[in-house]
Amino acid sequence: MSTSDSPATEPVPAAGSNGAPLLELRGITKRFGPVQALTRINLEIPPGQVTALAGDNGAGKSVTIKTIAGLWPPDEGELLWEGNQVHFHGPRDAEAAGITTIYQDLALADNLDIVQNMFLGHEPLERGLLDEAKMELTAKATLQELSVRTIRSIRQPVASLSGGQRQSVAVAKAVMAKAKLVIMDEPTAALGVSQTRTVLSLIKRLASQGVAVMVVSHNLNDVFAVADRIAILYLGHQVAQGPASGFDPSSVVDYMTTGRSTRTAGDGAAGAGKAE
Amino acid sequence: MPDDEFSSPSVPSELQEPPLSTELAEDETAAPESDAELTAAAPEVLADSLGDYLTAQWRRIKSGESGALPVIAGLIVIIIFFQLERSKFDSALNLVNLFQQASIYILLGAAQIFALILSEIDLSVGFVLAVGGFTVAELIAPPVNLPWWLGIIGGVGVTAGIGYLQGSLITRLHVPSFVVTLAGLLFFEGVVIELAQIDKHAVGGVMSLDNSSPVYKLVNNNISVAWSWIILVVVIAVYAAVSIRRAARRRATGLAAPPLSVTLFQIAAAAIGGVLLVYVCSINRGLLIPLKGVPYVVPFVGIVLLVYSIFLGRTRLGRYMYAIGGNPEAARRAGINVQHVRRLAFVLSAMTAGIAGLVYLSFLGSISTGVDGGTYTLYAVAAAVIGGASLFGGRGKPLHALLGGLVIAVVYNGLALMGISAAGQFIATAIVLLVAATIDALVRRRGATGV
Repeated sequence: MSTSDSPATEPVPAAGSNGAPLLELRGITKRFGPVQALTRINLEIPPGQVTALAGDNGAGKSVTIKTIAGLWPPDEGELLWEGNQVHFHGPRDAEAAGITTIYQDLALADNLDIVQNMFLGHEPLERGLLDEAKMELTAKATLQELSVRTIRSIRQPVASLSGGQRQSVAVAKAVMAKAKLVIMDEPTAALGVSQTRTVLSLIKRLASQGVAVMVVSHNLNDVFAVADRIAILYLGHQVAQGPASGFDPSSVVDYMTTGRSTRTAGDGAAGAGKAE
Repeated sequence: MPDDEFSSPSVPSELQEPPLSTELAEDETAAPESDAELTAAAPEVLADSLGDYLTAQWRRIKSGESGALPVIAGLIVIIIFFQLERSKFDSALNLVNLFQQASIYILLGAAQIFALILSEIDLSVGFVLAVGGFTVAELIAPPVNLPWWLGIIGGVGVTAGIGYLQGSLITRLHVPSFVVTLAGLLFFEGVVIELAQIDKHAVGGVMSLDNSSPVYKLVNNNISVAWSWIILVVVIAVYAAVSIRRAARRRATGLAAPPLSVTLFQIAAAAIGGVLLVYVCSINRGLLIPLKGVPYVVPFVGIVLLVYSIFLGRTRLGRYMYAIGGNPEAARRAGINVQHVRRLAFVLSAMTAGIAGLVYLSFLGSISTGVDGGTYTLYAVAAAVIGGASLFGGRGKPLHALLGGLVIAVVYNGLALMGISAAGQFIATAIVLLVAATIDALVRRRGATGV
């Protein structure tokens, strides 16, 4: 990450954002029978920044992103999208609004090539037949915008790609779908060191283009390498939120494991306050 | 909002470098992957010249990523073997007969490919073929006496309906296709016997065709030699024009395009195949009266395969079939109506089996309750898999059915000429199928570890 081509500390505000968060969660609560999965979660996701959602296993990270993605509507609380309250009744609603979720399995068809995967479900037609030239040019341009350069041919099947390259294809797919918010679930979980680097710089580049990125991770190295903001969940409660500069790895570990931190660096997070 | 930013020229200059920069070594542990990538990409894309193209093809074949070439090579070897064993094998009469036989296997293979792409299977095709043949025969014979073309539409329509029924059971009730179509195989054998019993014109369970019926002429009559050559020239010219123009247009828009030499090579290969075919058919093969020309069924099968190729390769629905075969979850998340597409695959499969039934009826001039549907089902699977479709889903083209169907017909025909019993023919076909399926499994495993 020596070539810091995206401003990590000075995010580019997107046009018309006025500094307001793109997505805001207010008091989101989700119960599964007797299990209280989320308790009054407050979260702000600004455009043009990478927000890391950290937490130990079972902290509620997955439930949170599935609530945002429209899979599980919340029991209480509101979702504000671009300042307006919204109700997503399914993943299709969230996608229509401009939210793309990239799950760990990436949802790519191995037997199709990169172009075919990027356009799956949205193929442009020319006289009733697939417009391959248009797809190929658009795909190529999108990958170049994201500086994805390790791919030899965009006509090779996804099966032949490495984990990092697959992740890049999934991100490019989201960009092409004009996503305003890209949620990535453990994007580096299965990757080696150098591929992790590639993906992290890709995430930064995505944010520098004005897209809001939310990265779910429990890998602190990745969180600090990429995040502009950090939010931490602990047993379904949101225990801290704020600019990444207000945290250090040990305070994040404290929040993740005990729900509180007494360390000095925690002050920076005080602005966002605690959930309770 | 992002649109504007993406199209803005404020992209840092380093982003405008062409891909494939030196970052490859730095960003990725690329050593093992680059090899897999090389073999995975279509050789046309990577090649700069004909030599490159052939090297790329060879690399693919070596890595088990078999294209059509190994099957063609295998086919030639089998043909040479039979030619050495039986000099009658390459007689014009036998070769044309072989094309006629093969057309049934090719259509059955194409039927099966629709199911295989989705990693499903359609075991009912053997007797759906029989239902299709019987329906056509009964519709154009007394007492119904429909015109031949309505009879064909009726027969193919009935089989498409069968496919819809089976597909609905599979998609709505989530019964595995293996079970539904296996039940279908038995069920439609019963239906065929019932059809023959109801119709008093089916003497002894046999429905015969009138020799003057266009349905009979489909396989048994020929395009005149002159027209055969004219059609061949037109087809090759159109193919050449389309592929050269497409490559030129791709080059003009800055996309990777095969070099002209590769395109010309492909056109030349197609032309040689076509000339051989028409030449063989133009030799007089009649024993008493002159008999020559290309049987109508050859262009008929060609058109069916062309339509299927366009459907699978160049339409959204075709693309969705491959996507579902590769990763149904990805297809679902992409907003594809997975169940609808799966049902359509079974409709197309049964409908194509119905078309095979039409050719079967025409070839024999009659159809009886004794149709060996079980064997035809196995030949359908064998033709598809031998040709290169995968039993694991996601891979298969109409071209594979063409090649696989030809292999089966050659083996069947050659062994029959050698006087080998039905038992020997079954065993030989089974071994060919097993070899093809094993190669399929090996390719898949190699592909899995290559990632």
